[in-house]
Amino acid sequence: MSTNASFRSKVFYTALAWLISGLIFFPILWTFITSFKTEAEAISATPSLFMFEWTLQNYSDVLARSPYFDHFINSVVIALGSSVVGLLIAIPAAWSMAFVPTKRTKNLLMWMLSTKMLPPVGVLIPIYLLFRDFSLLDTKLGLVIVMTLINLPIMVWMLYTYFREIPHEILEAARMDGASITEEIFHVLLPIALPGIASTLLLNVILAWNEAFWTLILSAANAAPLTAFIASYSSPEGLFYAKLSAASVMAIVPILILGWFSQKQLVRGLSFGAVK
Amino acid sequence: MATIQSRTLARFMLFPSVVLLLGWMIVPLCMTLYFSFLDYNLLMPGNEAFIGFLNYEFFLTDPAFIESFFNTLLLVGGVLTITIGGGIGLAILLDQAIWGRNYVRIMVLAPFFVMPTVSALVWKNMFMNPVNGLFAHLAAFFGTEPIDFFAHYPLLSIIVIVSWQWLPFAALLLLTAIQSLDREQLEAADLDGAGPISKFFYIVLPHLSRAITAVILIETIFLLSIFAEILVTTSGGPGYASTNITYLIYTQSLLQFDVGGGSAGGIIAVIIANIVAIFLMRLIGKNLEG
Repeated sequence: MSTNASFRSKVFYTALAWLISGLIFFPILWTFITSFKTEAEAISATPSLFMFEWTLQNYSDVLARSPYFDHFINSVVIALGSSVVGLLIAIPAAWSMAFVPTKRTKNLLMWMLSTKMLPPVGVLIPIYLLFRDFSLLDTKLGLVIVMTLINLPIMVWMLYTYFREIPHEILEAARMDGASITEEIFHVLLPIALPGIASTLLLNVILAWNEAFWTLILSAANAAPLTAFIASYSSPEGLFYAKLSAASVMAIVPILILGWFSQKQLVRGLSFGAVK
Repeated sequence: MATIQSRTLARFMLFPSVVLLLGWMIVPLCMTLYFSFLDYNLLMPGNEAFIGFLNYEFFLTDPAFIESFFNTLLLVGGVLTITIGGGIGLAILLDQAIWGRNYVRIMVLAPFFVMPTVSALVWKNMFMNPVNGLFAHLAAFFGTEPIDFFAHYPLLSIIVIVSWQWLPFAALLLLTAIQSLDREQLEAADLDGAGPISKFFYIVLPHLSRAITAVILIETIFLLSIFAEILVTTSGGPGYASTNITYLIYTQSLLQFDVGGGSAGGIIAVIIANIVAIFLMRLIGKNLEG
């Protein structure tokens, strides 16, 4: 009797969960499907899920008519560049705070976090003017600098929470064996900390890839990443749903795949360790 | 245990992060503060003059500020209500024994990874367009008038889009929290004859309170700065109907070149964000001790 009831409730909850998650996922699925339709099919009053002529025309149109590939490279350079530079700056800081804490460490961490909460409009004008004066407007270098700085607090914080869980005894044992500090970092700490460092890198690539305030304001034709490229579809000419879909799919798929791998780290990183 | 050498090295290793963040935060913020007291327009360079608090007076008494202030409140409040309500429901649902939970999780999480410009344009054109959007086709199918979402309900439309983007974050965070709930407590409640509703209010909700606070504070930080979704859908219009404070400052600074007024607005935005940040820092600070 009771197994029967629990079986029935499992069927019910499964159906409900699939229905709701299907609805949440539907806009992405619909974009994916539309990207393979003709423009006429894409606005058809009797839209079809699968029964239409599948075509790759939109993808070749987007690639042919716009420097899509340049924008893609810009996104890669900005997201990866800022994450790697950020790691190089953040790892020593997080190491220092996790293993040689002082009375001020906690305040320092909180202060770093507070910089993340500064609304971008609070520094919009000075950054814009400084970028103009240093000829950094619409350059990849400029965007790498900004992305590194806005994500640095998250990086230090995430790495700190990972490093803090590494037992001190391991480092002390290495020290007893006469390891120097550099040996300690490269041969003992880094191998243990590698998963944490990888997750930090992953989360920051995702955040930088999708960042859409500074990238829209500080970039134009040359350095525009995909966020800004897609924004150019907001003033369309003629039929464009299928092409918008194709461009969108190409912009989101890499990060969607990375994102699914980093679900757990996402919670930890974005809640600053408040929820683990 | 640390030697003097390693302590010196530790300071040295902190140095780059601290200096960079200090430079990033303090220098531009001081410049914004300085500009906010100037009559400074980029179209008339060389005419800067100190005008005291006049920029603040103009900004705060501008009807556009009042409207965008309430739009900001509605946007943040609306998205928080939808994502937390929906997030709790989803977290409880995904916590049940179901088939294919991993696939369900992947689908629920997906919108969070879609860049803001893509989600805004996809919703605006392919769903909410009054002629060719899917909702218009659905309305035609049921024989009702299609709704011109962005003309009649611009702010609500943006709330829907942003909620879709943030629901996964709330759901995932709350699911993580709900999974740490002590099952024996629920079983004990079952034995005492507690129904699902009293179990929810007396056990699940109190257990989630900390995670809910975290979601509220973190989302608020991001939601106060919503920008791209407005830029690519309504450009703040019609009128100021979908302008929030961030977007208002952007138009004032970079479209009207009013550096002084934009800076005064920026300082006000910083003050508003600080009020939220103080609460968030307290919550995280407590966690750091535990």
